[in-house]
Amino acid sequence: MLTPSDLAAIWLTLKLATVTTVLLLLIGTPIAWWLARTRSWWKGPVGAVVALPIVLPPTVIGFYLLLVMGPDGVVGRFTEWAGIGLLPFTFWGLVVASVFYSMPFVVQPIQNAFEAIGERPLEAAATLRAAPLDAFFSVAVPLAKPGFITATILGFAHTVGEFGVVLMIGGNIPEKTRVVSVQIYDHVEALEYTQAHWLAGGMLAFSFLVLLALYTLNPTGRRK
Amino acid sequence: MSIAAQFRLGYPGFALDVDLDLPGRGVTAVFGQSGCGKTTLLRCIAGLERSAGRLSINGDTWQDAGAFVATHRRPLGYVFQDARLFAHLDVAGNLDYGRRRAGPGPAADRAAIVDLLGLGPLLDRLPERLSGGEQQRVAIARALLTAPRLLLLDEPLAALDLARKQEILPYLERLRDELDIPVIYVSHAAEEVARLADHLVVMDGGRAVAQGPLAETLARIDLPIRLGEDAGAVFAATVAERDAEWHLARVEFDGGELWVRDSGVPVGRRVRVRILARDVSIANSRHDDVSIMNLLPATVVAHAGEDHPSVVLLQLRVGGTTLLARLTRRSAQRLDLAPGREVWVQIKAVALIG
Repeated sequence: MLTPSDLAAIWLTLKLATVTTVLLLLIGTPIAWWLARTRSWWKGPVGAVVALPIVLPPTVIGFYLLLVMGPDGVVGRFTEWAGIGLLPFTFWGLVVASVFYSMPFVVQPIQNAFEAIGERPLEAAATLRAAPLDAFFSVAVPLAKPGFITATILGFAHTVGEFGVVLMIGGNIPEKTRVVSVQIYDHVEALEYTQAHWLAGGMLAFSFLVLLALYTLNPTGRRK
Repeated sequence: MSIAAQFRLGYPGFALDVDLDLPGRGVTAVFGQSGCGKTTLLRCIAGLERSAGRLSINGDTWQDAGAFVATHRRPLGYVFQDARLFAHLDVAGNLDYGRRRAGPGPAADRAAIVDLLGLGPLLDRLPERLSGGEQQRVAIARALLTAPRLLLLDEPLAALDLARKQEILPYLERLRDELDIPVIYVSHAAEEVARLADHLVVMDGGRAVAQGPLAETLARIDLPIRLGEDAGAVFAATVAERDAEWHLARVEFDGGELWVRDSGVPVGRRVRVRILARDVSIANSRHDDVSIMNLLPATVVAHAGEDHPSVVLLQLRVGGTTLLARLTRRSAQRLDLAPGREVWVQIKAVALIG
């Protein structure tokens, strides 16, 4: 069965994924909105940066984040100056890394949804006296609901599944940075296969259920 | 009370350059072929398109050299060709969307507008469960419920089939008769224009090539755009008599009287009459041995060529009314139909339109 340290790892993983997903919806929505509607030259470069985590090995992202957030990095100097201390090997360091790592999985579905809506309903809203921000919340967001559901599920699940970035940024500190994927790694290293099975099987079931929910509750085709 | 609009806008391959002075009440039709810039003009009036120019509506400036009022601050109603209902709201939600945001001032009478457009049974339906005609009626009601001071209609019937058009036209006619705000109606269908408009702007290649009262402008034969089969005259008349035996009605107009099919319009009612140029033929003397019922004395005013070199368009005066006749160039020459000539017009078909 699950040991107290397994339970701590599960709790930490859920906390990390929840905080990351909430932050990503707040940060990713304006980015997705901008990417969906801008005609700026910057659309290409910004879109490419957002998509980088899809193709980069997690160790590469982790390595650079470690440098940037470390004592000699730009962000590290700022956090030390601000009295927060250094982020690597803390929970909030993991959150920052996860936000970068899971960004495309949240931004892209929302961006696609906004692009599919197009300009037309928003023009109609403007002729019905809705100011731009009002039209965003009363028309664009409700119409993009399927995109937001997909983004939330994918962002959460992808954060739960991360390993390489966590090892680079967070190390393996119980109850602070030791998430489920790292805990499984530890069990296997220690040849505790039964323990590893409980967690790994749990992750497998969790991932399957998440994707099942995604594909049945939120079909990409026409609404019935 | 008037609408002054001046816009200049250039895209690659298209330029809009108009200077319009429209009446501040009644229905103004903006008529022209696809691509002539009529929708762009409407978008400029709504502020959906930014162009250089000036716009004032019955004394309120919406755009000039230094100011541009954003669309959501303009008290207008806009009906798009494709309805653009909000898919996530039911009909009632769509209707209330603009109404709730309309701001201070006298609120629109929701019950009256729902009734006017026959939406009572549809209120809890989602847009995807509505027919095209129903969607367009909801869109019109949604625009009216913002209590607009100007109503813009962008080909509201163009996306509908003939049956749906016939379903909506009576609603639009009631609208014309009951609204006291100016309406700008963009269309490329001559029949809709003849039925609904009081004032006409004809556009071609991004420019307004003619503007004026409907009857006067339709009767012009010097316009660069040709209506072909749709060319004809529209004028007002009054129903004077209904003949029960032959199911005919007699209407009087400024220039004489016409017998038309009795469509149940009561005696004394003002009606709009349309006579297509292709239904008018000319004789130099009165012939009573023909099947045609409506024979009227007329004077030739002018003539102009048509698209095909065999055809001419003749402008005729019947009392205070102008008619158009389309005939072959050969006939025109054989009958010697020069301006000033007294002739008889034989009218094969007369349509009462609204």
